[in-house]
Order: sequence, then structure tokens, then C-alpha cells
Amino acid sequence: MTCVPLSLEVNGERVDAHVLPRLNLADFLREHLKLTGTHVGCEHGVCGACTVRVNGEIVRSCLMLAIQMQNASVETIEGLSDSGEISDLQAAFRDRNALQCGFCTPGMLMTAQDLLKQSSMPDREQIRQHLSGNYCRCTGYQAIVDAVESTARARAGRGQ
Amino acid sequence: MKASAFAYARAASVVNALELLATHGDKAKVLSGGQSLMPAMNLRLISPELVVDIGELAELRGIAVKGDLLTMGALTRHVDVLKSPEIAAHAPLLREAISHVAHLAIRNRGTLGGSLAQADPASELPACMVTLDATIVVRGLRGERRIPANEFFTGIYETALSPQELLVAVELPVARKGATHFFHEFARRHGDYAIVGLAAQAIVRGGQLADLRLGFFAVGDRPLLAGAAGKLINVAVTPEILANASAVLSEELAPQEDQQATPAMRRHLAQVLLSRCVSTLLSRSDLRVGASA
Repeated sequence: MTCVPLSLEVNGERVDAHVLPRLNLADFLREHLKLTGTHVGCEHGVCGACTVRVNGEIVRSCLMLAIQMQNASVETIEGLSDSGEISDLQAAFRDRNALQCGFCTPGMLMTAQDLLKQSSMPDREQIRQHLSGNYCRCTGYQAIVDAVESTARARAGRGQ
Repeated sequence: MKASAFAYARAASVVNALELLATHGDKAKVLSGGQSLMPAMNLRLISPELVVDIGELAELRGIAVKGDLLTMGALTRHVDVLKSPEIAAHAPLLREAISHVAHLAIRNRGTLGGSLAQADPASELPACMVTLDATIVVRGLRGERRIPANEFFTGIYETALSPQELLVAVELPVARKGATHFFHEFARRHGDYAIVGLAAQAIVRGGQLADLRLGFFAVGDRPLLAGAAGKLINVAVTPEILANASAVLSEELAPQEDQQATPAMRRHLAQVLLSRCVSTLLSRSDLRVGASA
């Protein structure tokens, strides 16, 4: 099996690489680009820990091949974190104790931010439904829903 | 786990994809959205030698209405179905069903054609296609075949599609005037595979069901278009008539055992769904059995 050339954008930077067809996007980000904020949990699309944005939409990076990303724009938790896009959401997660071991947190933040972009004032049921594809084994979810809800309120108050 | 090694080809056209499939046959797998294929490959349930990526084929995209026919390209994503005004107007059952398919991040990638070709008996879309009397359009190098949905699904992960053919589109008759629908599934978590589900479409006239199509899923090795519906059409439904239809339904079911449910539990839940469906469609709470959930 031979490597295939790949060009894409990751967190706003152009990346050129050669990858094996079998390499999934999550492993490409972690092993090749050392962007280890994207976590690998179940590797079959159930846990949501590997959630990233591709062309603005959230996807499971364990269910995408790196080579499918030709000319795509990928954003990881490092990108969202460094740009400040989710600094208020991250602060809310800290304040509400919405993380303990932190393994699910990057995927949770990615998914929560996706909801907050689509819906300015989601209710708790909408938050739960949007996050239903992301497992957390520590918190029992209540604190995560609290953090997302309070971020939505704060953003609405600021007119964002 | 990780997928085992494979060669990869990005198809440049449908003809190019068909040529690759003609050469490699069942050693090749078609990659569409990958939301069923990739988990199966990561779990090493399948290890194709070649993956043919059709994801870039614009000719397989799009939703169009012509006369009384709604056509959806195989690469129509779940999220596209959810957002399509054509589908909301002409196939509202499909729109409701899609919101139960997996989770948002998966619906952003998963495709209609991929779901149907995968033919998981617990998935929603194959049952919807059977209920809605869809035609599955498949293409091979020798030409096109049009297969009624009720003949397309032949077993667990098995369809009438040959390894040399590609599912290219689905055609649905647009919902008739006065058509109404019912969709419900029992699942452990919203978005998980159904334990048992029902996708139904009906025409209600004068308090009776003038037409009724019941597509059950996760009750056998393929979606079931229940003949029990015939017992409920053009009659004043009483609890006795419904019980009779429920008994007929029970005979049609061939539920399987897995870690989610026993066959007996699936049979019971299918009968609960039937009563809820009929009582909801006819707005008759007296026909409802089973605890509320």
C-alpha cells in the first residue's frame, strides 16, 4: 500500500502530507500534526470524543479517512481554543464543574459550540438532544447542560 | 481498532466508479458518507482490498420534484433531507424519521444511498422506503435497474444490489393529498439503533383508514411491510378489530435476539407501536394499549 498526497487546511493553516489510505482523520491530526486535543475513544462513531469541524460542520473524525479531506478545511479544539471563539464556553465548563477527567471535553465543547451557533437560546432538552451523541462517564451531564445553558444566556445578553 | 490496509480510488464519474467495481467486484467497497462503512472497517468486520470513494460525484447529489415524483440522489446526506423544503412538503414521514437517525455529527456525513445499500434491518430509512413505496435506482455498466423498495432488501446487510452495481438514486411518489403519517421508535438513547420502530403512512377519511402502509424495522432480517394493515383499511376500527390485526402482525414478525432485546420483547413492542399508530392516526385514545412513554 502506498501513501497518497493530501492537501488541506487545518485551523487556518495549509497542510501538505502523504498518508496511507487507511489512516483516519483523528489519527492524522493526533499522530501527524500532534494536535492531540482531538481524542480517540470508541473508534466507531458512538462516543463523540473525536468530534471536529470539517468545512464548518461537526463530524466524527474517527469515521473519516484523512484522504477524504483533500481541499477541506478542518478545525480542531486547538483552533477553536486559540482563536478565543469558545473562551466563554470553556470558562463556563470550568465554573460549573462540567468536566472531571476531561477526556470527553474537547468533543463536548465542539458539539456545544455547534449548537450555540445554530440556536441562540436553546432549552435544556435541545441541549441534551444536541449533545446526545457525546458520552461523558464522569459528570452525569447535568453540569455540562448547565454550562452550555449559562453560556447561551450570557451570549444572548451580549447580543451575540 | 483501526481499519486494515486497503487501496483507495477517488471515482471521477459514475462510469469510472462502475468500471472499478466491474474490475474488483466484491473485493471493493463503495465509500459514500462512510458512517456505516468506516465503523465496520474499524471493527474489522469487513476488510475491502479497494475503497471506491464516490463522495465527490456531484451527479449523485440533489433533490428534485417532477410531477408526482420526488427524486433524491444517492449522495443526499441525512442533514440535506432534514433541511429540504421539498421533502418537508412531499415526504414529511422521511423528515421525521431522519431526526432519529444517529446523531448530528453523523447526519452531517451519512448519506441516503449509503444507508439503503448498507441495509441494516434496525435502521430507519429502509423501512421508510418500503412504507413510501420507493423505487431504488441502481446502475451497472450494462445499464440501469429500477427495483421496488420492497424487493430491494433481502436480508441482514443484504440487498438486490450486485457488487458491480451502484445505487444512484431513490424515487418516491409524492405524498397524496390528505396523507398523514406516524413514526415512532423505541431506543435506549435518542439516536441509537432502534429496538423496534414503525414508519407508517395513511389516508384517513370519515374516521376510517382509507389507506395504510406499515413499515416496521428491527423486527426481522429486513424491513417489513406489514400485511396486517389490510385488516384495518376501510373498516370502523374497534378494539376487537385492532386486536385481530395485532395477532396477524405477530404472525408476520420474525424478531431476532441481540443484546438489546429478546424476540418476545420485540414482538410486544411492535404490537404496542401498532396500537399507538392506529389510535394516533384516528385520534382514538380508546384504541391505545400499553403504558405511555
